[in-house]
Amino acid sequence: MLNLKTAVITALLGATALTASPAFAKDLRIALQSDADVLDPDQSRTFVGRIVYASLCDKLVDITPDLEIIPQLATSWVTSDDGTSVTMQLREGVLFHDGTAFNAEAVAANIERSQTMDESRRKSELKSITSTEVTGEYEIKLNLAGPDATLLAQLADRAGMMVSPTAANAAGVDFGLNPVCSGAFSFTERVAQDKIVLTKFADYWNADEIHFDSVTFLPIPDTTVRLANLQSGDIDMLERLAATDLTQANGDDSIVVESAVSLGYQGITFNINNGEKGDNPWGNDKRLRQALSYAIDREALNQVVFEGAFAPGNQSFPSSSPWYNASLPLEGADVAKAKALLTEAGFADGIDLEVQVPNSTEPLAVMQVVQAMAAQAGINIQLTSKEFATLLADQSAGDFTASQIGWSGRVDPDGNNHSFMVEGGGLNDAKYSNPKMDELMNAARVAPTTAERKAFYDEAMVIMLDDLPRLFLYHVNWIWAYSDNMKGFTAYPDGMIRLEGVTWTE
Amino acid sequence: MLPFLFRRILIALPTIVLISIFVFALQKLLPGDPLLVLAGEERDPETLALLREKYRFNDPIWMQYFAWVGNALQGDLGVSLRTNQPVTELMGQKLPVTIQLAVMSMIFALVIGIPAGILSAVKKGTATDYIANLVALSGLSIPNFWLGIMLILLVSVKWQLLPASGYVPLSEDIWQSVRTMLMPSFVLGTALAATLMRHTRSSMLSVMNADYVRTARAKGLAERVVILKHALRNALTPIVTLTALLFGELVAGAVLTEQIFTIPGFGKLIVDAVFNRDYAVVQGVVLVTAAGFIVMNLFADMMYFVLNPRLREQ
Amino acid sequence: MTNTALASEPVLTAKTENRVWKKFRSHKSAMVGGVLVAFFILIAIAAPILPIPDPAATDWGAVRKAPSLAHWMGTDEIGRDVLSRMIWGAQASLLAGVVSVSIAIAIGVPLGLIAGFFGGWSDAVISRCTEALLAAPFLILAIALAAFLGPSLTNAMIAIGISATPIFIRLTRGEVINVKSEDYVDSARAIGLPTPRILSRYILPNVLPPILVQATLTIATAIIAEAALSFLGLGQQPPDPSWGSMLNTAKNFLNQAPWMALWPGISIFLVVLGFNLLGDGLRDALDPREH
Repeated sequence: MLNLKTAVITALLGATALTASPAFAKDLRIALQSDADVLDPDQSRTFVGRIVYASLCDKLVDITPDLEIIPQLATSWVTSDDGTSVTMQLREGVLFHDGTAFNAEAVAANIERSQTMDESRRKSELKSITSTEVTGEYEIKLNLAGPDATLLAQLADRAGMMVSPTAANAAGVDFGLNPVCSGAFSFTERVAQDKIVLTKFADYWNADEIHFDSVTFLPIPDTTVRLANLQSGDIDMLERLAATDLTQANGDDSIVVESAVSLGYQGITFNINNGEKGDNPWGNDKRLRQALSYAIDREALNQVVFEGAFAPGNQSFPSSSPWYNASLPLEGADVAKAKALLTEAGFADGIDLEVQVPNSTEPLAVMQVVQAMAAQAGINIQLTSKEFATLLADQSAGDFTASQIGWSGRVDPDGNNHSFMVEGGGLNDAKYSNPKMDELMNAARVAPTTAERKAFYDEAMVIMLDDLPRLFLYHVNWIWAYSDNMKGFTAYPDGMIRLEGVTWTE
Repeated sequence: MLPFLFRRILIALPTIVLISIFVFALQKLLPGDPLLVLAGEERDPETLALLREKYRFNDPIWMQYFAWVGNALQGDLGVSLRTNQPVTELMGQKLPVTIQLAVMSMIFALVIGIPAGILSAVKKGTATDYIANLVALSGLSIPNFWLGIMLILLVSVKWQLLPASGYVPLSEDIWQSVRTMLMPSFVLGTALAATLMRHTRSSMLSVMNADYVRTARAKGLAERVVILKHALRNALTPIVTLTALLFGELVAGAVLTEQIFTIPGFGKLIVDAVFNRDYAVVQGVVLVTAAGFIVMNLFADMMYFVLNPRLREQ
Repeated sequence: MTNTALASEPVLTAKTENRVWKKFRSHKSAMVGGVLVAFFILIAIAAPILPIPDPAATDWGAVRKAPSLAHWMGTDEIGRDVLSRMIWGAQASLLAGVVSVSIAIAIGVPLGLIAGFFGGWSDAVISRCTEALLAAPFLILAIALAAFLGPSLTNAMIAIGISATPIFIRLTRGEVINVKSEDYVDSARAIGLPTPRILSRYILPNVLPPILVQATLTIATAIIAEAALSFLGLGQQPPDPSWGSMLNTAKNFLNQAPWMALWPGISIFLVVLGFNLLGDGLRDALDPREH
């Protein structure tokens, strides 16, 4: 009798639960622009891979849409006064998908894996950590070589993703074939270039906030086709809607569009001193680079190519960023000034410039507009379109004069600048070298407060925009489109899709 | 026939070796450093050096080649540098998809192309002929991506009749599998139908005036019998050649259509592998498609004998 | 077999040439094809003197505008006049089509003749090489060539020509194998005609129809392939137009600016139609059996 009663109550409760939050089996289908690479946070390198991780792997810390660092697997942290250690309190009762318990030992194992595995791409991100100390079941101390203001931001991304030490030890380098993390969804199946299927993890610490039974990621490269799939109901959400498709998506009542300015930038990198090709007027005379910058009307560029949907920019951060140097605002084109600078540099009759471009529609359109703008100032641009691997190899080897290339952006300002600007930096393909710049970049890395760091970046930006090894053009807007059945989605500037609190009502 | 087959297979072996060398040489021929692509956006120099060592990119190319051949002989084609998946597993996933797409497209092409070609040859100079030619040539000139996107917008978005994209394995659900493949194979098929139609027409025209066809007619055989039995049989040589070649092209070259309908086939696999400089995958796929071409051409050569009795007598 | 029997069989001689031309001229659809092709060649040549805007001139106030009086074919993604780009693009596209097909024929037909006629080792070597070439994806060939030869339209045509060659080898070879067992070839051999003469007089005319058909069809493929190559850094570089690259760009704007795909699409269709009709005319005129 009692059993029957409970059964009835459970059934009733179940029914109310059904109406309150949609508990029916809903598979959320998300279209990605390309296929992810290996699904191992320590080895992976693609943007879409990170979108998958947002559902698959939890990190020590997360960010807010305003780029504040907030707790995720670490509930709180304290940096020592001298800045040489960080002590973290960890969330209790967290399980990895294989049932392994998450604790301080697991964190230590993860950091060791990121730092020592041959195939790890996270080494430079965690370079400042010299050792880890397990100071309690749920407390870990990270010892640093010196103060590192960028560390927490690194731990908010792949370097801070926790994988199951049991699974990682067993699978070694093949971990990515069957990843085991502690995120809201666990890995089920992957067919390359077809789909990645994740299933809700019942024991997730924050399971109440997850309202989908599974998520399927589908790589659909063609933008028009991605939108058509959303309209036909074959998918529920897509990332990176083309700016030129906005009008159409906005015109569809059953589609919601959301966007956020990205953390990265698009621009032109000049060869300042990389091999023989660096010894050319464009590499030797900053007045030429300044002339090109003055010749470009960035707002018009944004209007023409992206229907005004992106953010025109002149620095390595968008103007919406707290790190933007407001005393160097974005200005319109000044063709007279550009011509004056050319004359001053001894090229009154005009000058040629060869620019390599990645072979896809958007960069080609951007550079053709830039080409037309530059022509008005007497700069004659020749474009060479190359597939990306060739472009990258040529750029790295110094076989270029100028290269249209971008950066997907990092939460910490250091990620958008340091290795591009310092001598010997891994991304410094321009081979730009300026001792003052090195000094500022390194100082900003270790300065304890945000205000002090900002002062260094402000000063560096003045030099950067005068020397112009990188000429900034615009900042991409991440644009998501999804079915209006989906509620509670928040746009983040890192372009990720976080499913906590997102619901579905038919 | 059997000794012929045996000899052909024996001759095919050096081809495979030749292709394997060529494919391996690609590492040196193609610009771009695989590790620059693989090392990720950060391209940390230290990681780069470690990976280069790990994947043995520092070894002389011939050493890499022999290591690869040794493994390949044991059925191990290496792992994808991009996803760590074994190449054989990747191909195992994609081969059924590609074959299904190729077969379905070929059915469209043959069913449309050959009858249209015969009709247009028989009715040469009439309105039927002109219309058939116009339709065929538009099928050839309409870009696949245009037809594909238009079909998705019409059939999937507007009428909601067929799924816009994706792939369901035959083993999972035959009906759904055919439904998802219908539009892409139609798009591919129409383009090929044009080629087949034009060749059938030309070939039929050549044959219809030949002596044996005239003789057959003179014997008072029905026109249907003359056309289908005597003329068509002799007109088929170029069609057989083309079908074999086009089938091969379908396997590796349906990239754009695969991309638009998001079908995880060989074409997309190889293009992405080339762009990512994922050489293990490129090498594996090229080797398998090469074997496919050899088989298809062998098949075509055998068909010549079947179709032309006089060749058999020689 | 006697010489009278030979005479009634397909032979190309100087005397027949006049007849061929006559037949060709009276072929109505061939004349239509000729006019079409001539028209496009004419505008391609006349592009510099026609009263049209600069094909690279951008108008940022008129981005992706539908056809109007000011822009008869509308404007493209950065506000350039599509009509002007169509006319200038005709040059690159026609060249890409015709030259690469010529390269493929020049290499493919002789090799196919040799492989088919002599068989044995020459066939084995040529056929195996063809298979190897077929197995090498076009994309790889193109990227490698782009790196070695550098970006230019000529190099793009070479790349397309090489990749189109196998199909001509295989077609020729198949037809030769079929024809060489015909009675008239046997008798030509029997009376001791030298091989080159047998090849050019008895075999080649029979092989020509499928080659002609394939050539006229490959022109379409080549025009479209040029676009793929220009994207890989081989072929026409931006902002210079070609029909193929215009189509390629239009792909992203099928909804917002359908005219961007329409005009190059129609032009490619008309050119291909023109060449095919011409090819039909030639085929009929050359077919010795048709009276």
